[in-house]
Amino acid sequence: MSDPNKAIDPEVERRKIKSVKRMKEIMTEYYIEAKTPKEQTGKKIAWITSGGPVEPLIVMDVIPVYPENYGAMIGASKMGTDLCEKAESMGYASDLCSYARADIASATVNGGPIGGLPEPDMLICCNNICGTVLKWYEVQARYFNVPLFILDTPVCHTEYSAEIKQYVEKQVTEYIEFLEGVCGKKFDYDKMVEVGELSVRGQELWQEVLDTTMNRPSPMTCFDAFFHLALIVTLRGTQPVVDYYEMLLAEMKQRIKDGISMVTDEKYRLLWDNLPIWYRTRWLSDKFAAHGACLVADTYTSGWCSSLKYMDKTDFLGSLAEGYTRIFLNTGTDQMADNILEMAKKYNADGLVIHSNRSCKPYSLGQYDIQKIVQEKMHIPTLVIEADMIDERIFAESQIETRIDAFIEMLE
Amino acid sequence: MASFDLFYEIINNPGRYAINWKKETGNKVIGYFCSYAPEEIITAAGALPYRILAGSGSISKADAHLQAYSCSLVRGALEDALNGRLDFLDGTVFPHTCDSIQRLSDIWRMNAGFKFHADVMVPVKLNTASAGDYMTSILDKFKKELEKLTGIEIAREKLKEAISIYNSIKKNLSRLYAIRRDAPDVIKSSDIHAIFKAAMVMDRRRLLEELERLIADLGENDRAPDTADKRIVLSGGLCSMPDIYKTIEKSGGVVVWDDFCTGSRYFEGEINTKVEPLRSIADRYMERVVCPAKHKSLFSRGEYLVNAVKENRADGVIFFLLKFCDPHAFDYPYMKEMLEKENIPSVLFEIEDQLPSEGQINTRCEAFMEML
Ligand code: SF4
Ligand code: SF4
Repeated sequence: MSDPNKAIDPEVERRKIKSVKRMKEIMTEYYIEAKTPKEQTGKKIAWITSGGPVEPLIVMDVIPVYPENYGAMIGASKMGTDLCEKAESMGYASDLCSYARADIASATVNGGPIGGLPEPDMLICCNNICGTVLKWYEVQARYFNVPLFILDTPVCHTEYSAEIKQYVEKQVTEYIEFLEGVCGKKFDYDKMVEVGELSVRGQELWQEVLDTTMNRPSPMTCFDAFFHLALIVTLRGTQPVVDYYEMLLAEMKQRIKDGISMVTDEKYRLLWDNLPIWYRTRWLSDKFAAHGACLVADTYTSGWCSSLKYMDKTDFLGSLAEGYTRIFLNTGTDQMADNILEMAKKYNADGLVIHSNRSCKPYSLGQYDIQKIVQEKMHIPTLVIEADMIDERIFAESQIETRIDAFIEMLE
Repeated sequence: MASFDLFYEIINNPGRYAINWKKETGNKVIGYFCSYAPEEIITAAGALPYRILAGSGSISKADAHLQAYSCSLVRGALEDALNGRLDFLDGTVFPHTCDSIQRLSDIWRMNAGFKFHADVMVPVKLNTASAGDYMTSILDKFKKELEKLTGIEIAREKLKEAISIYNSIKKNLSRLYAIRRDAPDVIKSSDIHAIFKAAMVMDRRRLLEELERLIADLGENDRAPDTADKRIVLSGGLCSMPDIYKTIEKSGGVVVWDDFCTGSRYFEGEINTKVEPLRSIADRYMERVVCPAKHKSLFSRGEYLVNAVKENRADGVIFFLLKFCDPHAFDYPYMKEMLEKENIPSVLFEIEDQLPSEGQINTRCEAFMEML
């Protein structure tokens, strides 16, 4: 654990990822622009779900704002529980997704680490991650009284059917019409080509960054990925994302060359499933590292490149429907299990850590089946941590600590 | 005297009813979740649509597949499936609604072992032309899947016939609601509840006959409503708890309407027989008041509730929230607020697996009636 009074440990310094500073700058600039009064920027603001197609917004010069990213910031600043409680006092049940609860409350009190998000001019809700976002965005559409566009991406339990394809493709056209209406200008299809290329390039680079952990020892852990994820989520389709991930990738490659690992004496390589536990990433990371266990990959951060195989860089708009409908969370539990099996092989995992996240039903229900499949097919130990991504009240520290210790013993 | 015995007999053991039906007819039984399952198509295929409402026992096997934060409907249904209590089903239909049902469908497909499994991917928004076209196309897809299962082509005439049966059933069910509203002492809410539960598992032709007979027996009874009783509208998640009706009646209330998918939402909206059958079924879903897992407009459910109170001259609303049911929990605050603006009092009951203890619910119910 870090102690502010302790002298700087050169070994710890050497392990730190240097690009972090640049990343913080980019995010700060982004939020400063988003929070600058609209009269000055002349730009409209759209709130959009994390899995939503942001690229057309970039084309329209609209600033995208992500309540889920803000939810993560709220969680990391340990402000989640307060805001969740506030939402509960407004009548929202304590079982609802804590991102939604925190955001609904934050909007009314300008809460959270940056004093609330800038007010939206429109809301873009894509249900490829869950049904919760529909209800959540309805609440916000009533509160802010702004237009809501719903991009309905039916779940591909077993297939991306011809019916689904046709329906979502039609909606892509409707989405553009909606944006033209709200922004009062024509959509620039040439610019879409550029933005589309940047988006795919960003996703490819992000995948490459994540893949550097195939190296043993791994130059980073999934806890680092949780942090560096923010750009591919919020600024996908822009040049700074591409530039940044190029820089990060170079740093990772250099670390591999220099033999710098994130975990000292990496003994075990683990996978993480589901969202981070934002208020405890540090604690968990230290806990695992103390045993020489490195969480090399996770299903969550790789979610933002999970449909690269369906995206066509030369025809972004034409492949948008399929790419956004077939993200891993919008598929069947068996396909999600396959995804984990592939990752386990690719990253040479010795075990799987499953965050059973009470907030997120589409991600968490089915995990027990996935756990069984992984045990049967890979014969590796698995651990289930029952928690919540930002509501700290659910986190039972001593119990979780005991279970982690027992899990590590199984790895030995 | 009207008799409800048949309906009670069926709901006391719906599985046995389905097994006997199967023996008698030699036809298939298709389990379904939620009121977005196109029952008309199942009926047209000669099969029996059997609504899976809630589990019938305590949970043990389902715990290995579902976390404790899934609703009791989802857990109970899976438990029944894994325990063989639904073995008479030839397959199951999952219309897409909430996140929990979405994953239940996967877990069911991977573990329950039925040979037929259909995901009917109902659109989430029911207010655009493209969603209407899509809805029609997935109904057609579902029809083809059923044809493959049964080996029988579902002819247009068969669909039309099924649609007309459903239209008549729904007219009769709505008639029961009207009788209760105008003369609450003629038919009790607990009896209506029993009829609805039976209606979702019974042979639909037989059901239609029984409903017609029953309504004739109830007669044109025009006794004045008992004015001392408080008139209540129920709102919220599927309430398969018959005891609640007795409690409300005991504390001096009478239920005059609801917005349940096992209640008014089931019979509302006639299917237009002049349009192509699949299109007309889709149209009804598009027009009907929505389930909270679907989107029509920002205020549609709240407006519906306020109107239901006014049209049925109700005194107050009781909300039911099933624990872990996200769609309903998200709607509750704004709907309550809309009621407040109209000075309509309401109270909230949270339901876990069971109703809160009888004593507790009695007290709260009585307190609410007194307040009205
Ligand atoms: S955490 Fe899960 S339920 Fe909440 S918004 Fe994200 S995907 Fe939806
Ligand atoms: S809508 Fe609510 S009650 Fe129905 S299955 Fe989903 S969570 Fe359960």
